[in-house]
Amino acid sequence: MIFARTERRTLRVAGGLALGTVLAFVGAATAVLLAHAGPGAGAPLLDAYIGRVARFTLLQATLSTLLSVLLAIPVARALARQRDFPGRVWIIRLSVVPLGLPALVAALGVIEIWGRQGVVNDLLGLAGLQNPVSVYGLAGILIAHVFFNLPLAARFLLAALDRIPAEYWLTSANLGMGGGAVFRLVEWPVIRRVLPGIAGLVFMLCATSFTIVLTLGGGPAATTIEVAIYQALRFDFDPQRAVLLAFLQILVTASLLWLISLFGHPPEEGMTAGRAIRRFDGRRRRVPDGLVILLFTLFTAAPLAATLVSGLSADLGRLALDPLLHRALLTSLAISFASACLSLAIALPIVLVPRLAETGDAGIATRLMGRALPAVGSLILLVPPVVVATGWFLVLRTFSETGRFAPAVITVLNALMALPFVVRVLEPAYRTHLSRTTRLALSLGVTGLHRLRWIDLPALKKPLLTAFAFAMALSLGDLGAVAIFGAEGFITLPWLLFSRMASYRTADAAGIALLLGVICLLLTLPSTTAERPTERQSADA
Amino acid sequence: MRKTLFSTIAALAVSLALPALAQEKTLTVYTYESFVAEWGPGPKVKEAFEKTCGCTVEWVGVADGVELLTRLKLEGEGTKADLVLGLDTNLITEAKATGLFEAHGLSPEGLTVPGGFSDDTFLPYDYGHFAVVYDSETLKTPPTSLKELVEGDPSQKIVIEDPRTSTPGLGLLLWVKSVYGDEAAGAWGKLKDRVLTVTPGWSEAYGLFTKGEAPMVLSYTTSPAYHVIAEQTERYKAAAFSEGHYVQIEVAGLTRTADDKDLARQFLTFMTGPDFQSIIPETNWMMPAAKTKDPLPAAFDALVKPEKTFLMSSDEVAANRKAWIDEWLAAMSAR
Repeated sequence: MIFARTERRTLRVAGGLALGTVLAFVGAATAVLLAHAGPGAGAPLLDAYIGRVARFTLLQATLSTLLSVLLAIPVARALARQRDFPGRVWIIRLSVVPLGLPALVAALGVIEIWGRQGVVNDLLGLAGLQNPVSVYGLAGILIAHVFFNLPLAARFLLAALDRIPAEYWLTSANLGMGGGAVFRLVEWPVIRRVLPGIAGLVFMLCATSFTIVLTLGGGPAATTIEVAIYQALRFDFDPQRAVLLAFLQILVTASLLWLISLFGHPPEEGMTAGRAIRRFDGRRRRVPDGLVILLFTLFTAAPLAATLVSGLSADLGRLALDPLLHRALLTSLAISFASACLSLAIALPIVLVPRLAETGDAGIATRLMGRALPAVGSLILLVPPVVVATGWFLVLRTFSETGRFAPAVITVLNALMALPFVVRVLEPAYRTHLSRTTRLALSLGVTGLHRLRWIDLPALKKPLLTAFAFAMALSLGDLGAVAIFGAEGFITLPWLLFSRMASYRTADAAGIALLLGVICLLLTLPSTTAERPTERQSADA
Repeated sequence: MRKTLFSTIAALAVSLALPALAQEKTLTVYTYESFVAEWGPGPKVKEAFEKTCGCTVEWVGVADGVELLTRLKLEGEGTKADLVLGLDTNLITEAKATGLFEAHGLSPEGLTVPGGFSDDTFLPYDYGHFAVVYDSETLKTPPTSLKELVEGDPSQKIVIEDPRTSTPGLGLLLWVKSVYGDEAAGAWGKLKDRVLTVTPGWSEAYGLFTKGEAPMVLSYTTSPAYHVIAEQTERYKAAAFSEGHYVQIEVAGLTRTADDKDLARQFLTFMTGPDFQSIIPETNWMMPAAKTKDPLPAAFDALVKPEKTFLMSSDEVAANRKAWIDEWLAAMSAR
């Protein structure tokens, strides 16, 4: 028993609503597109080209995921151990920034470091190397994907490690456990529980990569299914083929995700008095940990620093007074705020209903919902936004002027795309929280809104704020559907950035990229400072 | 009292006049986004045309020319567009196949578009030749022909665009096809080693080029004019190729469902006239399709003027595009 009876009823309704919203939103778009036959309809879907593309998609996504996730383990362990590392909180904050940058901006940042004229080649040149090392090809794709996803994976792993009760560290120190034993007995069980989810998320992000794969891939041998979908919708204008390719993408990726999920393993939650975490094993590992953190920070921060430098060279004074920029900024903030709220609202039932379904007396409908919700909340990332947006354009066209609905469609679309991130932040946190507070809350009769207000919110403030920051950053950096609706006067920051870039104004574009990066960094402030006071309080106590 | 009477009459007069004002004609023009951007031709064109027509011009800007056609296909008969401005010649056949366009019935004089383009449905408003733009600081001896580009030193790289996703990419594909014909696959096989990377669109390619990643990029003969006029630098130049250059001609046409076809035709006439044409060079960074009021800025005089122009008919492009892209894919993907 985790929930009171009224809570159960509310949750079932909320779960139904969430599931209905997501399925209806995607389903309506898909149905309309399928009915809209293109001129090339009837051409075989699975030709040699698509076969090659699907193979490459899986290859680069698998390698990118392995690299990102395997590297994230030592990084997260080092960050968890060295709690007083100088600038630690800023290193953690930086991990959100790549998410809020349009892929092109990030790709250009990566190139400033790793490209032919980049810092790395300059250093190699100083070391006496004659010809620049070229990263264009699989190497470039992997570097860029690790740049995007290593910080993300490390952040999720760190959050999981931080949920280990402080008492464990005390005990392990008292028992005189060595590094190997701590890893095997304390850290690995926790890591193993969250790793499949993180790997799945990274895998989906890499499998659907578009701009990075083409720009850094060196040639059409590097093509993902997402590119084929885009091609089908644009030059070939064959909506049916686009939808079928999207199904193929979901099928291929989901089967791999299912394999990954087999490695998952629900943990045993430990009770804690909520004391501050002190890592007694941190002192003797200071040098190797410091080195790991330093390398990680260099790798992540260097392309961001390059973006910062080119942004500073823009005429920021003129940009700051640009009324168009003000409008784009307000629009972007409004849309990303709304979509982050919506994303959280849909994510809560996705996190809670499966818990409800675990209880013995749950009905068959609840059980089904408990299975369907997490699957939908995760696989949504594989649905190409351009397909859904095009579908909704067709739906809305029959009602009225499409331009008026553009903000609403983009808000919902962004909220859905952020769901996998939000769920992965909230799910483990909620699981731990419920196991620690449920019995007490129910025995005290604190249920419903009271429970939410007095028990859940204070304890989950940090993950909620983190999830919110992720969702908002994702939405801020998304060019997505704006291009399809193209309504006059509807301008977002990424749209303005691309528009400046398309008319030679690269300096302006760099300035806007800098603005996006700064906003994303600011977004992380509430979630990372929230931990501070409680930590200090308990440390002082 | 008299004052009250006067203001009543005035109020009455205003309220009678208002509906007339509100009913002022609106011309809805679908175009691509950079045309209507604040520094693009859109705002000036709107101002100039509204002075003469007693109407309001309403722009709807989508990402680019291809998106423009997609948008029309999605909207079909229900489209709000009176005019569509910004398709290029390669898209004409497909655009006509939608059945949404109507013959313009105009015969403007003084069109100076190369390649002898003329069409009963679409009128040109500007053009640009594709060209390899190079950084004169890092590349001292640029290629002087497509053959030299294809066979030159593979360590001197070029960034090109993808014909599957962008118009310049398709332009290069057609250019190579025009010059090499059946040998095109072989040419791509050689050029492949010089290609640093193939980007989804022009912005990515040009961004890589200006960051110094490659000394060459596929762009337009007009690109250097932007750098001269807006940035006062002659660093970036277009290479003149002896075989000739492929041209991109941008066109506009009126829809069958236009509310006021006379007004739409009036715009098309205005479009080929000197007021509109004078706005184009320094806002759209393309060559005007007809006479301008004043001579072009000096920076435009200094540009590469191709002696020979390649232009395939849009029927030929529509019929072969898929096969040629497959050929390109095979040649570029080979190891």
